[in-house]
Amino acid sequence: MEQPQKLQNWRRNNMAIFLNDNTKVIVQGMTGSEGTKHTRRMIASGTKIVGGVTPGKGGQVVEIEGTSLPVFNTVAEAVDATGANASVIFVPPKFAKSAVIDAIDAHVPLIVVITEGIPVHDTASFFAYAQKIGKSRIIGPNCPGLISPGKSNIGITPADITGPGKIGLVSKSGTLTYQMMYELRDIGFTTAVGIGGDPVIGTTHIDCLKAFQDDPETEAIVMIGEIGGDAEERAAAFIKEYVTKPVVGYVAGFTAPEGKTMGHAGAIVSGSSGTAEAKKVALEAAGVRVGKTPSETATLLRSILKG
Amino acid sequence: MDLFEYQARDLFEAHGVPVLAGAVATTPEEAQRAAEKIGGKVVVKAQVKIGGRGKAGGVKLAENPADTFEKAKAILGMDIKGHTVHKVMIAAAAPIESEYYLAILLDRAARSFLVMASVSGGMDIEEVAHKTPEKLAKVHIDPNDGISKEKALDIVRKGGFPSDVENGVADVLVTLWKTFQNSDATLVEVNPLVKTADGRIIALDGKVTLDDNAAFRHPDHEALIDQAATNPLEALAKEKDLNYVKLEGEVGVIGNGAGLVMSTLDVVAYAGEKFGGVKPANFLDIGGGASAQVMADGLSIILGDPAVKSVFVNVFGGITACDAVASGIVQALTMLGDKAIKPIVVRLDGNNVLEGRRILNEANHPLVQQLDTMDGAAAKAAELAAK
Repeated sequence: MEQPQKLQNWRRNNMAIFLNDNTKVIVQGMTGSEGTKHTRRMIASGTKIVGGVTPGKGGQVVEIEGTSLPVFNTVAEAVDATGANASVIFVPPKFAKSAVIDAIDAHVPLIVVITEGIPVHDTASFFAYAQKIGKSRIIGPNCPGLISPGKSNIGITPADITGPGKIGLVSKSGTLTYQMMYELRDIGFTTAVGIGGDPVIGTTHIDCLKAFQDDPETEAIVMIGEIGGDAEERAAAFIKEYVTKPVVGYVAGFTAPEGKTMGHAGAIVSGSSGTAEAKKVALEAAGVRVGKTPSETATLLRSILKG
Repeated sequence: MDLFEYQARDLFEAHGVPVLAGAVATTPEEAQRAAEKIGGKVVVKAQVKIGGRGKAGGVKLAENPADTFEKAKAILGMDIKGHTVHKVMIAAAAPIESEYYLAILLDRAARSFLVMASVSGGMDIEEVAHKTPEKLAKVHIDPNDGISKEKALDIVRKGGFPSDVENGVADVLVTLWKTFQNSDATLVEVNPLVKTADGRIIALDGKVTLDDNAAFRHPDHEALIDQAATNPLEALAKEKDLNYVKLEGEVGVIGNGAGLVMSTLDVVAYAGEKFGGVKPANFLDIGGGASAQVMADGLSIILGDPAVKSVFVNVFGGITACDAVASGIVQALTMLGDKAIKPIVVRLDGNNVLEGRRILNEANHPLVQQLDTMDGAAAKAAELAAK
């Protein structure tokens, strides 16, 4: 009788990518209004929040959602005291770079940067630094974070859209993630990762596709892209080479004009590069079925799962 | 934000990149005065943010100030690929011996910065990259290391520059890096970088793109915005801190989150194919956690666009609560009163959706109708715009 229980526990802890229900999270910027609001939501959705970091406010204890949370001056202190293995960042753009570097220096394995509007020189700088130190995965910036429904939710994704299931989702866009989770709410998700809409991001479509391919509980993958750059084209090449699980795709921005930034800093068609059409063509050439609308994409996934 | 050539020139000069004397003019008289000040032969260059102006006749050599007047008169007002020329740059003319290429840019795929250097300057660099890739050196730069003189020399040698200009070009590259870093640029390009007959290395034409996200640490960048090219509705939206882009169609679109709004535009365009090619009139993202006020501001701007015939409000409440969105719609319609005459199709889902729908049902505004799905609502909005 003991073996199945162990197996069940293992599955509970591993049925997800990048996080599980043992992930201990600190919140950088927890004492700010956004930080407090989302800390409350994360705790309510089952995330193990163990403390916060606000330089200059170390030593305070704040009460959020019935939990007493210690505040530290630095991430290193927070990690020492709490054993945190993930950090989520809600600090304003101006202070985001130093917050991320603080987390990199503390060797936090998972750093989720929610902040929108960080100068790309700052992101390029902390990304290069993280690569050099080699201890951290960064998700974002300008992203909703990631959720493994029922286990952990790091970021701002609404936790009540759907429950655990067998789909893995990776998306540049937050609200399109929510929309797609809603469309497929009866099937559920292993993990949904919002990788962010900035030109430089810490975790790419490819990183997530690889993790979903390697995750035994993920049976099918939804990949959502949008105009700008060539991340989707490179993801398509990766799928062709590495991914054997079914993947359906969706790309937003077919009607976007050239040279205009469409909300996300990275969402811009420059000359003839970065178009939605080129991304769709590349994905289809890799055998990915691409929906014209979010609902058609969901229908494609259903038909694949039914086999 | 892309800069005009004269703005790039000024930015280069401020960071020690060698440039020739130059001034901007909006009238032939101004152009003539600038030529008098600079002295000798000058080049009159159309200021447009698009390539190929030389072939279009937008660059002309002027022999003297009187000739400058005539050349500026011919170029000002010219249409170059849909861009009207409102300004010309008057630049000192230089006897050119060789033309090179130098650029630093953000390489999204590598998530790093990239230097491109070539001895084949003066032409389209994509063509050089395609036809003679061996003539284009590409070197990645660690953002935390930057470009030292030593690194610059290394790059210049890789680019195959003649040994007599190696040092001069490397010096320019170091100052270009300073320009790139200090102004939070995502592109600084010099094409051509020239060697003059007397051996000087000079940036003759430049392109610069600045990162809008870094505006908070560059208060001086605001003055570089081309107000004349800004759509009045876009300017109004910016004042209200709304993320708005004017498009050419008839269906006004409001949504939350950049991805969902882009998707909404596409879905409207597909739906519009069945209704005589109706298209989205704009992009408007009210963002996460939008309040009723933000929704009201957004709706007012869209209803104020004469091209808009119907409006589609598409919200999936994540952080944004649907009740706030619904209240915002009611608030905007109350505020606008008799001025609101366009039908509004609303699709709400997610956070507090039942309360949102209840608010709209209760208000029972004759212009507002609710639909359950994004596709259905897009089709309805397109149908209404086609009437």
